[in-house]
Amino acid sequence: MSLDIKKTYKLFIAGAFPRSESGRSYEIRDKKGNFIANPAQASRKDLRDAVLAAKNAHSSWASATAYNRGQILYRIAEIMEGRSEQFVAEIMAMESVSSKQAQLQVRQAIDTWVWYAGWSDKISTIAGSTNPVAGSFFNFTVAEPLGVVGIVAEEKSSLLGVVLGLAPVLAAGNCAVLIASQKRPLSAITLAECLATSDVPAGVVNILTGLSDELTPHLASHMEIDGLDLSGVDGKSAAALRISSVDNLKRVHSFSAEKSPERILSFMEYKTLWHPIGV
Amino acid sequence: MSDFEYAPAPESKAIANISKDYGLFINGKFIASHNKKRFETINPANEEVLAKISLADEVDIDKAVKAARSAYVKVWSKLSGKERAKYLFRIARLLQERSREFAVVESLDNGKPIRETRDIDIPLSAAHFFYHAGWADKLEFAGFGDKPKAHGVVAQIIPWNFPLLMLAWKIAPALATGNTVVLKPAETTPLTALLFAEVCQQADLPPGVVNIITGDGSTGAALVKHPDIDKVAFTGSTEVGKLIARSLAVSNTPVTLELGGKGANIVFEDAPIDQAVEGIINGIFFNQGHVCCAGSRLLLQENIHDEFLNKLQKRMSKIRLGDPLDKNTDIGAINSAAQLAKIHELSSSGQAEGADIWSAPCQIPNKGFWFAPTIFKGVTQAHRIAREEIFGPVLSVLTFRTPQEAIEKANNTPFGLSAGVWTDKGSRILWAGNHLKAGVIWANTFNKFDPASPFGGYKESGWGREGGRHGLGAYLKGAK
Repeated sequence: MSLDIKKTYKLFIAGAFPRSESGRSYEIRDKKGNFIANPAQASRKDLRDAVLAAKNAHSSWASATAYNRGQILYRIAEIMEGRSEQFVAEIMAMESVSSKQAQLQVRQAIDTWVWYAGWSDKISTIAGSTNPVAGSFFNFTVAEPLGVVGIVAEEKSSLLGVVLGLAPVLAAGNCAVLIASQKRPLSAITLAECLATSDVPAGVVNILTGLSDELTPHLASHMEIDGLDLSGVDGKSAAALRISSVDNLKRVHSFSAEKSPERILSFMEYKTLWHPIGV
Repeated sequence: MSDFEYAPAPESKAIANISKDYGLFINGKFIASHNKKRFETINPANEEVLAKISLADEVDIDKAVKAARSAYVKVWSKLSGKERAKYLFRIARLLQERSREFAVVESLDNGKPIRETRDIDIPLSAAHFFYHAGWADKLEFAGFGDKPKAHGVVAQIIPWNFPLLMLAWKIAPALATGNTVVLKPAETTPLTALLFAEVCQQADLPPGVVNIITGDGSTGAALVKHPDIDKVAFTGSTEVGKLIARSLAVSNTPVTLELGGKGANIVFEDAPIDQAVEGIINGIFFNQGHVCCAGSRLLLQENIHDEFLNKLQKRMSKIRLGDPLDKNTDIGAINSAAQLAKIHELSSSGQAEGADIWSAPCQIPNKGFWFAPTIFKGVTQAHRIAREEIFGPVLSVLTFRTPQEAIEKANNTPFGLSAGVWTDKGSRILWAGNHLKAGVIWANTFNKFDPASPFGGYKESGWGREGGRHGLGAYLKGAK
């Protein structure tokens, strides 16, 4: 008989998989109470490193062609497909679902990447406009990526929630700092391993594991984060996070578990340009 | 040969029928505030009292919100878009018919030149109603789903820099999308909003659809805290905008905010210089610089700095400051003593921090609040006058060498409302347009506004857009 090689679950920052700089980890157990792993317990410093990585990655990701971004998002789906068994096993370990339900969740997560991959070079067409102003000007409006988006994903379906949060943010050309579910972080970390091998540039997605109550207030108050997806935060905590997010007027949203172009546009900003027309 | 002097060309005040005192406009009628408190609104050009205005408190606000709720439930939400549109068209026409009167009253109450109220504020206000009227029965085609729904009762708070125009930016889209409104005009400029209340009466707008409550900051704070408000829209300072956002964070009431700015106006070496000089003048001295999207930072490519400033100063010397009602006046009065003090304070900080001040030589009237068009040379990014919104006729001049440096400096601000680019090269305009973090970019022009053109800021300049298709989203449920 040979012994299992167990995985060390670490953070995903700037394309690398570091442990927490604090040296901390915490224990997670499966739905039956058996020990699974000691994922890293990220600190405020780790979060700041993640934001810096996202900020540094933003200008090249935002200026990549929409076609290129679409291909990279599709590539994530390809890589996930090859790992689906691992995703199914991890979901079944953490969530009280049948194997069929777990398979369905993985299927939906992969399809979500494909759906948003196709949006990356269409969203501007749908959302932009030329505006018939009363004067001799060419005037047009385009939707642009916001910058860095902090995500606390919905955790009931631990893989799907993470993908529903990340895919629209990436399709828009934003970078993300995602705080994984405290109890069910496995899917997020395994997804990070897919992202790391899918041509997603380092820093475009950063994933932190740890204690939600410790990390989310810093996510909300960080002055270099431009948007917040609080879909995974309950009402009372969300109100407190919204208050501290006002310091730099973050765009804050929560979403239902549906795919929609509005979810992409929530973290885009409209820019209008005027130019005179003349000979 | 000596210069020709301009003869005075004052617009007549006779057309302005300003009452001695005004009540609150609630449920279609002017009524006294419940505590009978009053404040005065003055003409900032001569400090004479124009009228006594009612100061609304919580009791009055509650009355206004109830009127708006009842009008929403019983009348406005049951009306078809087609019929709502007709009311808005009527209002647009009434504003056009009474435009001369509105222009005079606006200049008297605000201090801005009649040339601007006559040619910009009032016609644009009418245009906003006309534009949004057309949306009222076409909302299902606006890209917000096939059954877009109004919020209900909307609280709106507007600033003093474009009193009627900001009212139009707020009320026109709110009514077109089927909401009813409680609007609070600024403390120092309530008159055209009260005149607008008369227009609502003339248009036979159902009582309660538009309610105008006058007062000070405490009135506004109480209005946004009223529990029966479904949506808040605010235009004003970033500081107050954040207070409002925090106070609504718990209830998660939808909010749109149009806040401050510190717009960069970038002039590249290949720009048509004379045209750019006019654009810079318009960018910072339009409306005494009381403009959130003003081009208050001039970024000059280093090799044209001296030539450009020579021409700019020469042009500034021709600016005519004085009687707002004179048709030849370029710069009117500063809106209030408080605003004048703020401009003086920031201007002194510019001198104290080592920037070089130069003011256009102009006669400052004895009475009223005035500030001569002023530029600061040798400003660095650390100076307060390069970072803080002055909201007055004060321009900070900085330089750059490369296009990349221009963008970096332009974006080095927590604001992101507007920016200007002056160059003859099309590809450079689009490149700069791509990289500037601002909601509105004017290329080879500045300070242009239109109801069809979305307006609003990045970063700490606010949430949401006003105008165009995009602006409708602010007044529809669930729209992003």
